[in-house]
Amino acid sequence: MPKVIVNDIEVDADPKDNCILAARKAGVEIPHYCWHEALSVVASCRMCLVEVGEKKPDGTIAMGPKLVPGCQTPIKEGTVIKTNTPKVKTSQQLTLELLLLNHPLDCSICDQAGECYLQDYTYKYGKAHSRLDEPKLQREDKYHIGEQIALFTDRCVMCTRCVRFTREVAGTAELQVVARGSHEEIDVFPETPCNNKLAGNVVDLCPVGALCSKDFLYKKRVWWLKHADSVCTGCSTGCSIHIDQNEDKVYRLRPRENPLAQGHFMCDEGRFGFKYIHDERRLLSPKLVSSTNGAASSSVVGSSKGAGGAQFADPWKDVLATTRAKIKEAIKTDARGFVAVLSPFMTVEEAYLLSSYLKQLDSRVRLVMGPVPMVGSDDMYPKGPKGEAPEAGRVKFTIRAEKCPNRLGVEAILRHFEGEVISVAQVVAKADATAWYFVGGYQHGWVTESIDRGVAKPSLLIIQDLFPSPLSERADIVLPSGSFAERDGTYINHSGLAQAVHAAIRSPGDARADSRIFMELTERTGLFNATALRKEIGNAIRALSALSVGDLGEHGVKIGVATKEPVLA
Amino acid sequence: MTTKREKTVKWGEEPKIGWVEAMYLPAVMSGVATAVRHAFSGKPMTRQYPDVEPEIPPNYRGVHRLNRDEAGRVKCVACYMCQTACPANCIEIIAAPAPKDDPHWKDRDKYPATFTIDELRCIYCGMCEEACPVDAIELTSIYDLTGLSREEMVFDKEKLLSVFDKTVQSGKDPVRTNRGVLGPASEEAQSAKQGPPPPGRGRHG
Repeated sequence: MPKVIVNDIEVDADPKDNCILAARKAGVEIPHYCWHEALSVVASCRMCLVEVGEKKPDGTIAMGPKLVPGCQTPIKEGTVIKTNTPKVKTSQQLTLELLLLNHPLDCSICDQAGECYLQDYTYKYGKAHSRLDEPKLQREDKYHIGEQIALFTDRCVMCTRCVRFTREVAGTAELQVVARGSHEEIDVFPETPCNNKLAGNVVDLCPVGALCSKDFLYKKRVWWLKHADSVCTGCSTGCSIHIDQNEDKVYRLRPRENPLAQGHFMCDEGRFGFKYIHDERRLLSPKLVSSTNGAASSSVVGSSKGAGGAQFADPWKDVLATTRAKIKEAIKTDARGFVAVLSPFMTVEEAYLLSSYLKQLDSRVRLVMGPVPMVGSDDMYPKGPKGEAPEAGRVKFTIRAEKCPNRLGVEAILRHFEGEVISVAQVVAKADATAWYFVGGYQHGWVTESIDRGVAKPSLLIIQDLFPSPLSERADIVLPSGSFAERDGTYINHSGLAQAVHAAIRSPGDARADSRIFMELTERTGLFNATALRKEIGNAIRALSALSVGDLGEHGVKIGVATKEPVLA
Repeated sequence: MTTKREKTVKWGEEPKIGWVEAMYLPAVMSGVATAVRHAFSGKPMTRQYPDVEPEIPPNYRGVHRLNRDEAGRVKCVACYMCQTACPANCIEIIAAPAPKDDPHWKDRDKYPATFTIDELRCIYCGMCEEACPVDAIELTSIYDLTGLSREEMVFDKEKLLSVFDKTVQSGKDPVRTNRGVLGPASEEAQSAKQGPPPPGRGRHG
């Protein structure tokens, strides 16, 4: 580990670090625009100019005569970096003055305001006035860059992060720099807009407000957004994300850097695919159908319009008590015929709560895996010139075909309690189930015709789901559950990485997160606490013993690593 | 527990009172004297409101107005600064992209689709006016605000613009700015006399 001295602070740096990373380890910020950890180095913005020198073995320090870009300069044993000298500070001021030369300073209408590096760096390193007397160059806004991307051309600082991203990570290379000098602009070729599946990332990469998301444009000022760390449920890659919400409405998802999961980025399917959680068709209140004298009368409990149904202050209390009684009754009648279907959208904790409860009632109860949505095949980036997938070693991002976040986690629970993973299709084919407990939570409709037909008319049908389906229409009990943004728990991705998800918003209406439903249904005391439950699961299930740490941290914990056996293969 | 007294803070002491003042009789008597003096002075003290309206100082902070720009459009650019600054949470804005196809709105990017102020919740502190980067929201000297329902007192964009039209017609502009044109106190007006403008005054600056 080479020792580096940053502003008189000595730190151990990685031999592969550049000056920016080494300084970061010393807690010193070197401002930069064009440099990004996941992209190539161009050293074009000149914001990271620092003084670099060397500490000789005899203790003397020899500084270089010129300022060098910190992003481009590697470190070695005894490298001395100075960021607080008058020379560096003057350079930073002048660089910012030049970058802001033609900048419109329209912060009041810019979506980036509040998380803009031009604002932050000008405040920290810039000066208050520009010496430009001439009128500023004005350029046309470009709304044709992509379906999801708008370019506010005159806000651009030409860092070319977006250009390098489409070339190096997406491989589609739609964006480029056109013209020269002060007329330089980002643009696309005619008829080839930037619509690749990773295009949304250029908005996050843009350090200023030049590239904006059309989806989020003018929706909310960013200082009102509250962030929760979560995991994207779009596919089994399990990208780490921030959920940005305000007043229980999710406005956008942003990728959260996680070297163990996906790296720095996320795909547009996940980024814009969260809208379903605010769909007005969602189930909002629990429903009990009571059969009296052969004629079934349904009552939407808790709703003011519940015709004939009793009105309750807390609709869940009675619904869950009835559900519990009916489950026990059904198991008493035919334990082997009681089938609980767990969806791969459930967290590990939720699957554990339900499974352990049912198995403790009667070990003959069958726990099966719900349908695992698969769409196409794995989509790998960067793409080649003809759109072909990259070679095995060069893959930088994968959108997986398995469109659910937690198949491995639920399977691990099923293996522990059931011994094997039985799919719902197998049970449907056998047609020997008399009572069903379906847990859904899928983004898209999951009740296929074969399931619909196979379930037929059981003695008890419980549906816990987000959306109405053919099954919920004729279910005895409908429990409205929560989407991923309303859940706390653990998801295990394709490679066995267990990541914590945190609830960002409250559920709409009387809907509840599955974890809360199970806590009450299984008559556990206290509130749902993911950390405590994780410890319990880690101690109870050997394959998931890595969860016994409780707090999974920001990046998550690899399951396979801790157990040293490929239990999740 | 002893309070740490900062050297920079000036601490005042309560004035000491003697036994005469402690009886409060002199204070009571002087109060009675004032009342008697007014009762027999013969000068009417009652304000004949609403027949005679009082002179309101022009820096009074009354009902809000939304200013119009030279083209008659709402001057607000929906930056949400007033809503952020508002300590009473009485302002609610919904922003939208300006209709670019309309030549009337060609040079604007963002505008307020709705702009509502709950005049009942407002505490008339003037923070919104201070926060506004384009001098679009102002407090007028209209003080006699009445209504028959709560809904009526929630002013929407049109109502706020109509307050602007009304105050401009009656010539009762607030003193802080002058009909939406920056007042003499503003940076730009000053530097226009002195030299080149400072940066940061919109796209045309």
